Amino acid sequence: MQARLTTDKLYLNSNNKYNNMTKKALTAIVLIATVHFAHAQLYFTTTGFAGFYSKTQFEDIKAENNQVYAVIDVNKKAIAFSMLLNGFVFAKELMQEHFNENYAESDKYPKATFTGTYIDNIDLSSGAQTTIHVSGTLTLHGVSKPFSTAATLALANGVLTGQASFQLVPGDFNISIPSLVRSKIAGKIDVHITANCKPRN
Amino acid sequence: MRTYKLILLSALLLPLSAALSQDTSLLKLLDDSMAGNKTHVPVTGTFKGTHIINIQSVEAPAKRALMFWIMHRFGQLNDGAYQLFGLDNATMRFGFDYGLTDRLSIGVGRSTFEKTFDGTIKYKVLRQTEDDHIPITADLFGGIYYKTLKYDDKPYLNTTYRTSYAAELLLAKKFDRNLSIQLTPIFLHYNLVQTTGDKNNIFAMGFGGRVKLTRRLSLNAEYDYLPTGQVNSINVHSSLSLGFDIETGGHVFQLHVTNSQGMIDPVFISQTTGTWGKGNIFFGFNVSRAFNTGKKAKKS
Repeated sequence: MQARLTTDKLYLNSNNKYNNMTKKALTAIVLIATVHFAHAQLYFTTTGFAGFYSKTQFEDIKAENNQVYAVIDVNKKAIAFSMLLNGFVFAKELMQEHFNENYAESDKYPKATFTGTYIDNIDLSSGAQTTIHVSGTLTLHGVSKPFSTAATLALANGVLTGQASFQLVPGDFNISIPSLVRSKIAGKIDVHITANCKPRN
Repeated sequence: MRTYKLILLSALLLPLSAALSQDTSLLKLLDDSMAGNKTHVPVTGTFKGTHIINIQSVEAPAKRALMFWIMHRFGQLNDGAYQLFGLDNATMRFGFDYGLTDRLSIGVGRSTFEKTFDGTIKYKVLRQTEDDHIPITADLFGGIYYKTLKYDDKPYLNTTYRTSYAAELLLAKKFDRNLSIQLTPIFLHYNLVQTTGDKNNIFAMGFGGRVKLTRRLSLNAEYDYLPTGQVNSINVHSSLSLGFDIETGGHVFQLHVTNSQGMIDPVFISQTTGTWGKGNIFFGFNVSRAFNTGKKAKKS
């Protein structure tokens, strides 16, 4: 983008006999637009965290994934997540196998993804944790659903940290739980997401 | 002037188009970088149980997982109504298998047949990966079997004579989510055989497979081919078994019919005297329960 900017400036300088009000305005727009685009700052990670937790009186289930891919575009206010479901590690190997084979069917639907935007006008330069409202599309087990949640963003030492906690209902994503184990799996699953994203060029 | 307008236009359109495709392009960016970092993920769940029916499968308990197995074989179906089609004459084996690492497991068991104790070891040499970087799973299996049944008429039966061994190479491939096939070259050694006409070293080949009918139910079949000329003192046959695996959380239930009553390798592979044609069919089941004995080490 830097190269384009330079060319534009040179071109404008060499044509100043056409200088008039319209052109000035256009130039301003071009410069603003170009600068804006050049500024488009992506924050990115491949080691984000996603964990889900199910608590019932019979069994507590915990699964964590430390290979979550996430990208945040602070200019476009856009966010995307993608993770492999077989990246979730359970305390019990057998449970992990059942999660992949019987519930998530991760051979058929390997990824869970989210893509969305936020509208809040926030100032990250303060370094404080700021709440945003994210809405978009969540895809899991082959089912895409409109999804929105509160989340936080904080910029510290060049690292943009995004966090969110919400609940998901397995049935909303066509994940059926047999009656035999229904008492051991919570109706609503708590989900936590943390992504420490670094600038990406 | 025309060039100038063109530059203006393209400069204006560029950020606009970028903004429009933002949602999908961010996801595409993640997908692309994920595709670039592809790892060879091992397949899981080639079989539901550590046995296909009688024979060992490539599955084993994970690190620090303990599995308890109870196996039953009832009497022959053709025993008739008086013996309730075999249900009066059950033999059983129970055993524990424990995962020392994710690749190495050990087991102990005891069968009522000839009051036999067994000790087993299974090592996963190769793990099939989902991208077929490694196309098959291969396990080495070893077993030692010790009969403790007392024979008043055979006082010479010492420890050596009561012991037999099994060594097997388990080669399995999960073709897709529903179909898995296992090929098992088998070597058995008996320190003592019935007559001089019987071989101490026995070679056999196991063929086994499963087809998943639903996510939690599979149909299993197993044929353990015993080449003739190795066991001559008794009339033996290859072992053929059919069954279902039903999985419910921490349990696997295996229900099957087979022409072998034995549940350990030196018995069902080379000592199967029944045939399906004559109705020497045994109904049986295996039930497993998994226990976790420790917190699993965190995977990176």
